[in-house]
Amino acid sequence: MPKDNGIGASPKRREDVRFLTGAGNYTDDINVHGQAHVHFLRADVAHATINSIDTSAAEAMPGVVKIFTGADFAEVGGIPCGWGVTDRHGNPQQEPRHPIIADGTIRHVGEIVAAVVADTPEQARDAAEAIELDLGDKPAVVDMAAALGEGSTKVHEDLTSNLCYDWVFGNDDDAAVQAAFDSAAHVTTLELVNNRLVANPMEPRVAIGEYSRGTDEYTLHTTSQNPHVIRLLMCAFVLGLPEHKVRVVAPDVGGGFGSKIFHYAEEAFCTHAAKACGRAVKWTSTRSEAFISDAHGRDHVTKIELALDADNNFTALRTNTLANMGAYLSTFSTSVPSYLHGTLMAGNYKTPVIQVNVKTVFTNTVPVDAYRGAGRPEATFQLERVIDKAARELGADPIALRRQNFISEFPYETPVALTYDTGDYVATMDKLEAVADVAGFAARRAASEAKGRLRGFGVNCYIEACGIAPSNIVGMLGARAGLYDAATVRVNATGTISVFVGAHSHGQGHETSFPQVVADMIGIDESMVDIVHGDTGRVPFGMGTYGSRSIAVCGSAMVRATEKIIAKAKKIAAHLMEASDADIELKDGQFTVAGTDKSVAWGDVTLTAYVPHNYPLEELEPGLEETAFYDPANFTYPSGAYACEVEVDPDTGKVSIERFSAADDFGNIINPMIVDGQVHGGLGQGIGQALLENAAYDADGQLLSASFMDYAMPRADDVPFYQVDHSCQTPCTHNPLGVKGCGEAGAIGSPPAVVNAVIDALQSGGKDVTHIDMPLSPARVWAAMNG
Amino acid sequence: MYEFEFEKPSTIAEAVAALADEDAQALGGGQTLIPTLKQRLAMPSKLVSLAGIAEMKGVSIADGVLTMGGGATHAEVAADACAPLAALAANIGDPAVRNRGTLGGSLANNDPAADYPAAMLALKSTIVTNAREIAGDDFFQGLFETALEEGEIITSVRCEIPEAANYQKFAQPASRFALAGVFVAKYADGVRVAVTGASEEGVFRWSEAEAALSANFAPDALAGISVDAGSMIADLHGSKEYRAHLVAVLAKRAVAALA
Ligand SMILES: Cc1cc2nc3c(=O)[nH]c(=O)nc-3n(C[C@H](O)[C@H](O)[C@H](O)COP(=O)(O)OP(=O)(O)OC[C@H]3O[C@@H](n4cnc5c(N)ncnc54)[C@H](O)[C@@H]3O)c2cc1C
Repeated sequence: MPKDNGIGASPKRREDVRFLTGAGNYTDDINVHGQAHVHFLRADVAHATINSIDTSAAEAMPGVVKIFTGADFAEVGGIPCGWGVTDRHGNPQQEPRHPIIADGTIRHVGEIVAAVVADTPEQARDAAEAIELDLGDKPAVVDMAAALGEGSTKVHEDLTSNLCYDWVFGNDDDAAVQAAFDSAAHVTTLELVNNRLVANPMEPRVAIGEYSRGTDEYTLHTTSQNPHVIRLLMCAFVLGLPEHKVRVVAPDVGGGFGSKIFHYAEEAFCTHAAKACGRAVKWTSTRSEAFISDAHGRDHVTKIELALDADNNFTALRTNTLANMGAYLSTFSTSVPSYLHGTLMAGNYKTPVIQVNVKTVFTNTVPVDAYRGAGRPEATFQLERVIDKAARELGADPIALRRQNFISEFPYETPVALTYDTGDYVATMDKLEAVADVAGFAARRAASEAKGRLRGFGVNCYIEACGIAPSNIVGMLGARAGLYDAATVRVNATGTISVFVGAHSHGQGHETSFPQVVADMIGIDESMVDIVHGDTGRVPFGMGTYGSRSIAVCGSAMVRATEKIIAKAKKIAAHLMEASDADIELKDGQFTVAGTDKSVAWGDVTLTAYVPHNYPLEELEPGLEETAFYDPANFTYPSGAYACEVEVDPDTGKVSIERFSAADDFGNIINPMIVDGQVHGGLGQGIGQALLENAAYDADGQLLSASFMDYAMPRADDVPFYQVDHSCQTPCTHNPLGVKGCGEAGAIGSPPAVVNAVIDALQSGGKDVTHIDMPLSPARVWAAMNG
Repeated sequence: MYEFEFEKPSTIAEAVAALADEDAQALGGGQTLIPTLKQRLAMPSKLVSLAGIAEMKGVSIADGVLTMGGGATHAEVAADACAPLAALAANIGDPAVRNRGTLGGSLANNDPAADYPAAMLALKSTIVTNAREIAGDDFFQGLFETALEEGEIITSVRCEIPEAANYQKFAQPASRFALAGVFVAKYADGVRVAVTGASEEGVFRWSEAEAALSANFAPDALAGISVDAGSMIADLHGSKEYRAHLVAVLAKRAVAALA
């Protein structure tokens, strides 16, 4: 029988009650007494010199409080990049200033050119329309290859070129790598695009800055996945404020998918403007603004080559990627195409020689940064597509080819710097073959063909490095922050518990799953435990939620803090029962003395901690509150195998996903229902990328898909009922819960399966199509079939 | 939005009078107009809501004629119109759009990717306004252009019920408006084929297909017939050639559905 409490149980998500009944408290629900509103005048051209800005007419408009331009922020720091990548020659990445408001030059459509603070949002917008700009047009740099070409216009005049860095990873001996290819029996080459995406969380970004003249303290409410990181970046790098004077609160947040990790100009603006205006300043993004101001994701163009020997063993892999940075470096931007991507190129396979080459490029487009999976989907897509192509070229079974090359011994040190601690790729593939009913495919294909449809089956594996991250390792790789996390467990006198966690929940269900762990450790009901998150004024510290790290890193900190609580509580219990603390056992919320019938309840002990009348005060402090910081020893390595089955309408090119099966190994699982939900959501986004989503720019740097009229989000009828299995569990060897993280797997593991399935379908119809770039829209599939 | 005045008359006459003011604009279900206002792409001085006018409501069928109020919502058309048009209406947008958006609003807007215009050309429609009757064939005049005069209100629409009809829509993946849509209607005196979503000139009747199908009402009759790709729309979601191809596929499917 499934458990109904604690680790491994699937209680319904307690936070959903408030989300589904309109009782959530999102940033836009917050209104501060006397607040003013800011409207950002955003660039509608991609590249221009700002000759002058005339705000005089606007300033006279009703309700206007103050108008800001780039000049007002000349003395303020720029938005920092949190990761410094060293290039193949040992030089640092080129890092341009990233101003809060454009200073002299517009570099992308959507960049802030001026900000109007007024009594109402409408007045602010009215006044913004009265601002007169005198712009000098410059040619837009959009295409990455062209941006690197001789004589290209520069996005940043003060940099040497549009190249941010030219990076090599893995085996950097070009001759040795070439030799491996020269001696190969077969080489498969594939050129592909990993399409640019807009994250589009349901809740657009919002920021409210407040300043108290009385205490000289600032408060920023913002839609963030990591309020402590925002406070650190904004205080230390942008505004130069003492951290203890700044509180950052991220209340209920309606999804982030990476796009709410980063420190954005609007946050610093509202904080700064609150003092300058003497009033709280609020900004609520429209959906239209979100398209041109939230960091985008992906946008890689890659050539990948796979070498195989005569027995179909992978012998070498080489990639050349151009990765778009957009106009400025967003917080994690430079880490995504480098360390979050290159380190994953081994995938699940024992390829001995791997060389990854990445050039990151500035263009006149919105900055690009982490989006669900961040670098790992890009790696997985290339690898799993080229393997599929190789299988087809060699006439090999795609599953057998993968199995043959699986890593099977752990720990395994890859040629791209990671040490996989554990995994069982054969087990997940076995499970997948069963769940996906591979055996029944031929009959299903026949049934589709009888209807005039082509049916295809596609499979892929994935591995990801989650639980980001060991601070010393990422520090060596260029991270400018530690990536530990923290938790404080506060036990109240009556035995209820508040856990203050550095992770932030914005859809992940932490408010349900985190208490399950603490309740399980103590043996009390989950309802006695709550978590507190998203407020630097309440939570000691934390690095936030991204990279599938919350339970693996912050959850581990919570376990460590709870262990300290239990150790102290046992001492109190020992005192009450006049026993030695070594003999105290805690089970089901009762402390007992081994081998006796003595017991005291959890609540007796917690009350004693706060009412210490009978208490060992000489040895033990009263109270029951502990904090732990946890820095992981390694990444965690969730892995799995996914299968997609599609039907293609040969008349229209329309692809429909008929089945999608996932066999994941997430190690130990706290709440299986929440894990299912995380995988479902990830699959939806992966399928969205594969079939629908596309942030397309024209040559002038205008975003063509700048609204839901043209940017196709996946809808319920675009995705099938999923078969999701996570019964293969090789627990993580280095964190206390044995957990690996599950938040990004679906988005990482699904695009190649979808594309592989479509190619399989077209091939079954006699079409010699070996690749189609995502999204596989009906028009593109039809064009490929008829090209 | 910019600020505007708001009126909600209860008769057509009052509405016409209210619309006489300069820069006054009719408001149907607001499903196109309200987003336009939110983006500040329109600046009417006054909105005159047609939602309170009882004489513009209702969908009825009598003597082979379908009569629909200009204020009938898509949901009402989906519930009460003849089957092929009801099916078309039931597939416009989502429930919220269908419960708000109106037939008159959609026709007045004449979005090149809207569904109703194809039905109007195929179903021998007459667009009735406060001032006159306009044959459906004369009503649509290119992208977002119609025969309506300033301040003229579509009060009702009449269609001749066909022997058989079918609408095939291929949805644009993002908006789910028609990337191409083909309405085929069979009458005793011939077949009408209208195409939406595809052409740079807006909705049109495909006369070659009409002639072929009038002679032989079978999918095969369309073999070898195609629309000119040169006049088709090309955008992010499909090339000219793709749209021209879709038109042929959808027309065959519509006929096949009736054969
Ligand atoms: C999410 C979404 C999805 C949609 N999907 C589709 C789709 O799949 N297919 C499709 O065809 N459409 C679709 N639409 C558009 C929808 O059908 C609109 O309802 C329609 O275009 C406009 O009708 P309305 O009554 O809302 O008009 P409004 O938006 O109120 O007005 C539109 C224009 O018509 C004028 N007008 C309104 N009523 C009259 C009248 N009786 N006489 C004269 N002028 C009038 C107004 O002044 C305005 O210029 C969609 C809309 C949305 C928001």
